[in-house]
Amino acid sequence: MSEDDDRSPSPNSITDDSSQTRTYTTGSGPGPGPGSSSVLEYLAPCPDQVLENVLENVLWFLTSRKDRNAASLVCRSWYRVEALTRSDLFIGNCYAVSPKRATSRFTRIRSVTLKGRPRFADFNLMPPNWGAHLAPWVSAMALTYPWLEKVHLKRMSVTDDDLALLAESFSGFKELVLVCCDGFGTSGLAIVASRCRQLKVLDLIESEVSDDDVDWISYFPDTGTCLESLIFDCVECPIDFDALERLVANSPSLKKLRLNRHVSMGQLHRLMVQAPRLTHLGTGSFSPSEDVAQEHLKPIISNCHKLQIFWVLDSICDEGLQAVAATCKELRELRVFPFEAREDIEGPVSEVGLQAVSEGCRKLQSILYFCQRMTNAAVVAMSKNCPDLVVFRLCIMGRHRPDHVTGEPMDEGFGAIVMNCKKLTRLAVSGLLTDRAFAYIGKYGKIVRTLSVAFAGDSDMGLKYVLEGCPRLQKLEIRDSPFGDAALLSGLHHYYNMRFLWMSACNLSNQGCQQIAQALPRLVVEVIKHEDNLDMDENVDTLYMYRSLEGPRDDVPRFVSIL
Amino acid sequence: MSPEDGSNLLESDAASVSFKETELTLGLPGESRGLALIEKTGGKRGFSETVDLNLGRSSTVDSDHKKYSGESETDVQNMAKPPAAKAQVVGWPPVRAYRKNAMKGCKYVKVAVDGAPYLRKVDLEMYNSYQQLLNALQDMFSCSNFTIRNYLNERAVTNQEVNNGVEYVPIYEDKDGDWMMLGDVPWKMFVESCKRLRLMKSSEAIGFAPRTPSKCSSSN
Repeated sequence: MSEDDDRSPSPNSITDDSSQTRTYTTGSGPGPGPGSSSVLEYLAPCPDQVLENVLENVLWFLTSRKDRNAASLVCRSWYRVEALTRSDLFIGNCYAVSPKRATSRFTRIRSVTLKGRPRFADFNLMPPNWGAHLAPWVSAMALTYPWLEKVHLKRMSVTDDDLALLAESFSGFKELVLVCCDGFGTSGLAIVASRCRQLKVLDLIESEVSDDDVDWISYFPDTGTCLESLIFDCVECPIDFDALERLVANSPSLKKLRLNRHVSMGQLHRLMVQAPRLTHLGTGSFSPSEDVAQEHLKPIISNCHKLQIFWVLDSICDEGLQAVAATCKELRELRVFPFEAREDIEGPVSEVGLQAVSEGCRKLQSILYFCQRMTNAAVVAMSKNCPDLVVFRLCIMGRHRPDHVTGEPMDEGFGAIVMNCKKLTRLAVSGLLTDRAFAYIGKYGKIVRTLSVAFAGDSDMGLKYVLEGCPRLQKLEIRDSPFGDAALLSGLHHYYNMRFLWMSACNLSNQGCQQIAQALPRLVVEVIKHEDNLDMDENVDTLYMYRSLEGPRDDVPRFVSIL
Repeated sequence: MSPEDGSNLLESDAASVSFKETELTLGLPGESRGLALIEKTGGKRGFSETVDLNLGRSSTVDSDHKKYSGESETDVQNMAKPPAAKAQVVGWPPVRAYRKNAMKGCKYVKVAVDGAPYLRKVDLEMYNSYQQLLNALQDMFSCSNFTIRNYLNERAVTNQEVNNGVEYVPIYEDKDGDWMMLGDVPWKMFVESCKRLRLMKSSEAIGFAPRTPSKCSSSN
């Protein structure tokens, strides 16, 4: 999902929507009111009306969220017209604004993107049932957006009932994308498949889908579908292959297909024969017995000169990465995932692979790299060789691990990244890091928007450097780092400009968090306790805070207190 | 596995040492276990750590306590010193459960039991140790009255009286096509190399003389 800078309207600019007074740009007397219909008005519309019509016609073409937000702040007239012409609604935090407020302001929405839980919830750092329910949203939208076509959700809790309501309410529904969602099962999918006759896209990505023993694939209409993209590699349940084969045969527009691991290679071949127009194909399976052995990868990779996006397991080893570096000169995005996500093993990739990639793939924009050992030198090299880096996420899996050659902290490496990569907006750090690393980030990371910190830093100064130095910071997630109340307080000037701050297993106290809550009334300050530790002691397990127009939410589970 | 006095597992508590010594596990005596975040020792996990034989308590007879604990201590002392049992830190490394599950894949292998008319399949990824696998096999084939000779610790694992039981020896075919005894290699290595399993009748187990790795030197 695109990560445009979403300056959702600051609390001051959302005024009472019910007042529909118009703004007059000239000094002439009041024009006809909205309800009047004199012939004179029809023949000679007042200049303001002309202006609004023109504006409306122009603003239809404005697609960038950032530009639209800016346009809406010019004056009330522009605010209203912008609201009428916006068709894509993006809500980066489902609790920042209520469904009612959003649907009242924007009445002609065709596409909705909603994000719920914070990212660290993916790693079991948050108890289940925290929130982010789709239900109130789909209810509101069912009433106000009959022409809704697209729903994109990330980290939301979606039930089968929600999917049923969605399928019933939007006759022209075309696209459903669920990323890291949960709460629904194959019965919900069956309803969507059977009722959404205009469905073009059904993408289930890294979501948890419960097995209700329903053969949902067979619920797609036999007469044919408009499907262009079908992704379900995360659906763990077996499927009826014959039904899938029929579906593919009946879907002449199908271009993207990603299956789950219950489809064998032989079956995959049969499908490919049925769907020659496929541009994207995935098996979604990493079965160790069938995987591509390292010696097979090299000859394949050495032919992929145009490869731009490559996601791979670290079982390809440094050597495999060297092969990638030698061939894939157009590579923009690389992700190297750990085959074994543990701390105490040798690890097949290291600074050698990173160095090679930095030398070979000069156009690299985004990298996610899991490894067991790293050196500052390799990270510095990447900072110099890949100036286009926008996303740099390095995960040295051993906590507090220094440069394994020099024994030094990894401060200099990450420092070089923020210093040299002028386009960097997303950074994830790891390894042994002192406050110095954060000083670098605060000093040079002027356009960093997303920062992820774990097991790092020495003192409050670390966090202070970042909060005081990074004016564009929007999303900050920190775990297991020694930052306390004083550091938290140093960010008061900035929290309204952020989407959220997450701090777990740090040195925060209830008192410190309370101070924040009192100083910033439009901030929702959630203290989340682990379920087995519900006593109210002074230490805060997890702080999750975010700006919101609505105040404390009404669906708070018992392990959350809102200060 | 917490001591009954409820003391913190992190403390090497003198009072609980004697209790711990009689706990039936293969850890080193006096070593603290449980959910502590223990300093990593680096390097690969030792074999003993992968042979996670919790010999259990309920079924074993009290009089055998000392024997088993003594035996396990002897075994342990003969083994190379294993790294401390590592507890996982929650959510670290930050790999989504979905991806972890995809990674482990399903390692289904066929299990043939001599004399049984059908084959079964097990997913080796579902287990973390030889003991767990053997327990599962016992459950799976429980209708046939047998015991599996457990060469890991030279003693049979039974789930019912031995009277009418036929003893089986678990063997597996590895990547190279050789038939091997279970227990010789660390668990993870076994999972990767095992192509299929067979429970062979003990009586036919000629040429499969129980191997005695230097670790398991105690005789039956």
